[in-house]
Amino acid sequence: MTPTKAHDNHQGKLMTGAEIFVRCLVEEGVDTLFGYPGGVVIGIYDVLHDLTHIKHILTRHEQGATHAAEGYSKATGRPGVVLVTSGPGATNAVTGIADAYMDSIPLVVFTGQVITKLIGNDAFQEVDIVGITRPITKHNYLVKDVNDLANTIKAAFYIATTGRPGPVLVDLPKDVLAAKTVFEYPKTISLRSYNPVVDGNMRQIKKAAELINESKRPLLYVGGGVISSNASAEVRALADKLRAPITTTLHGLGAYPEQSKLSLGMLGMHGTWYSNMAVDQCDVLIAIGARFDDRVTGKVEAFAKNAKKIHIDIDPSAISKNVPADVPIVGDVKRVLKQLNELVKPLDTKEWLNTIDEWKAEHPLRYKQDGSLRAQHVIDKLGEITNGDAIVVSDVGQSQMWTAQFFKWKHPRTQITSGGLGTMGFSLPAAMGAAFGRTDLPVVCISGDGGFQMNIQELATVAQNNLPLKIFIINNGYLGMVRQWQEFFWKKRYSHTQITSPDFVRVAEAYGIPAQRVSLPAEVEGTIRKALAHKDGPMLVEFVVVPEENVFPMIPAGQTVNEIIDSPEPLEQSHATNKTMIHAKG
Amino acid sequence: MASSTTNEQVKQHTISMTVENHFGTLNRIAGLFAAKGYNIDSLTVGPTEDDAVSRMTIVTRGDDQIIEQIMKQLHKLIDTIKVVDLTDDTFVDRELALVKVQSTPATRMEIMQISEIFRTKVVDVSPKTLTIEATGSQLKVDAIINMLKSFGIKELARTGRVAIKREFQGEA
Repeated sequence: MTPTKAHDNHQGKLMTGAEIFVRCLVEEGVDTLFGYPGGVVIGIYDVLHDLTHIKHILTRHEQGATHAAEGYSKATGRPGVVLVTSGPGATNAVTGIADAYMDSIPLVVFTGQVITKLIGNDAFQEVDIVGITRPITKHNYLVKDVNDLANTIKAAFYIATTGRPGPVLVDLPKDVLAAKTVFEYPKTISLRSYNPVVDGNMRQIKKAAELINESKRPLLYVGGGVISSNASAEVRALADKLRAPITTTLHGLGAYPEQSKLSLGMLGMHGTWYSNMAVDQCDVLIAIGARFDDRVTGKVEAFAKNAKKIHIDIDPSAISKNVPADVPIVGDVKRVLKQLNELVKPLDTKEWLNTIDEWKAEHPLRYKQDGSLRAQHVIDKLGEITNGDAIVVSDVGQSQMWTAQFFKWKHPRTQITSGGLGTMGFSLPAAMGAAFGRTDLPVVCISGDGGFQMNIQELATVAQNNLPLKIFIINNGYLGMVRQWQEFFWKKRYSHTQITSPDFVRVAEAYGIPAQRVSLPAEVEGTIRKALAHKDGPMLVEFVVVPEENVFPMIPAGQTVNEIIDSPEPLEQSHATNKTMIHAKG
Repeated sequence: MASSTTNEQVKQHTISMTVENHFGTLNRIAGLFAAKGYNIDSLTVGPTEDDAVSRMTIVTRGDDQIIEQIMKQLHKLIDTIKVVDLTDDTFVDRELALVKVQSTPATRMEIMQISEIFRTKVVDVSPKTLTIEATGSQLKVDAIINMLKSFGIKELARTGRVAIKREFQGEA
């Protein structure tokens, strides 16, 4: 959706802070604003009443607004913009802001605030949101003078979208919004204290190329930074030129098409067996836009113990934070790879790839096939039917891991989930946001029954806007991931992990959303096709799956690939899915 | 190596940084140290030759890996203009302490002698106390406080270290 700008030249006019706020958003090319009104922001809402350039989406909870902005941003690559009121409006946005901070999502969150005179006075609906969000924002501002407003908003967008992206909060007191000044939107911005390095050091890039060119068992470890940098073409060029296998983190999924022969799927705690083994056995690990998170590394001292590490990232503080880098390269991933790709040579990786092929044959992702309905089967079918041409937004827990494992990721910006913070209730509002931003691919929300209930109120927003969103609920009657841990490590003492839900089909229908329930594997394909074909509005499908099922493989927290727990299912009787074999038979 | 428990030596480091003189900047830096569990031995902040810029001097401690992370995290803050680890350079370090010592007519002379030896000043006197203003390097201030301990220190206020790099480094 291309943004429309109002070129009716408001520069130089005397305006209220509220009008300036809206004009600034127009200048920034914002086309969608997620928000919820309240006392101190009525002034802004009055200006929005007549505005056609920006679409405001009224959610049913401020948390929904922030997650929607996140989903919108991840799907489109543009900053997500949120407007909420003071006090509880602002505090309700905290989880979404923390989520964006952990996953480096560019978000600009505007919170209303009580009048400047009353700040610090325990006024009605007042909180020190700047203080509260200081540790979870890339930066934040309190605008005390209307003459600073336009510059602050320009700075907020600049900071949110450059370097390592992140959320920026701007607190707007009611009297500042009512005060008047001449509107002047700065054409350029330069902050003396903030100048992210984008070009990699050429000496380091040469050093990395030398290391790679001598490698016999290279491995690409690709993270969310590749998506943020829009660098999947460069990553593909590198992997294909080197003939190197490639594994991605949860947020890297979609950077490289998984149906391609070099793809090893996801690595880490619930990554594939062969990707984790490849990490352990590689001799050069090329980390691109990834941060060596603990879900990926397990025991940090043992991670990639046989490899020299090249680490390319835009954030210098991420380099050598957890794992020391032998060749650190600070810079924008896309730019660095463009230069690196010129210097590397095709490698002879035939033996390495053969070894990996054997691992793939012996330890594929697999699940039981005994006639009962399993989540893995639903995701598998979805991937098959869409062929990867869909945006899939997942919640948190087992359904998230199965989605990551079994969907056939093909394009960047199609995999959207809450990774770093792991916020349950993320998927419905985020899928909503993605659907507002993208109309080229179907948007599917996949959530467990627990997570779905956390932001269930957003069904109203979906219905009000008649979004063609496909909502799939994986209902097993449990908080599955916690139940799995209780089964493995706490002697099956299922303390408060059994959870009841309403009849989701009737709830959806009460919201005016057509819905269906599926409980047999034979019904899955037909229902998914029906949902995907339904383009006039939303549709909800509840899949009633086996109550106790586990995510495999699993490397328990803090352990190494030697402790990996593979699926107990024997190969012959289970459904084995290898996204690809590197070499065909023979 | 990579873990937080390392064999490398924990050392005291003096970090000098210039920051934008904005509302909340000090808070953000203090919050960063607290959130990451880094140590602050002392922290001073004040204006510089540029009104819009403040200089902070932070004394912290940690091994090489922790100090590297601290430097990177401080640099990452939007309001940070420049961060320098002065520890391995030659720098001027000064601190000011106001020490209120218990004194009797009998001990007053001795305390004043000590003050003279350290080239410090007596800035307040009462029947039972003497207040000494001591400026100097951290070493010197530590030393005089130690000397005065035996008399009984009633109250002590230290500013913490302020540091600035020397222009002529080491030997010519």
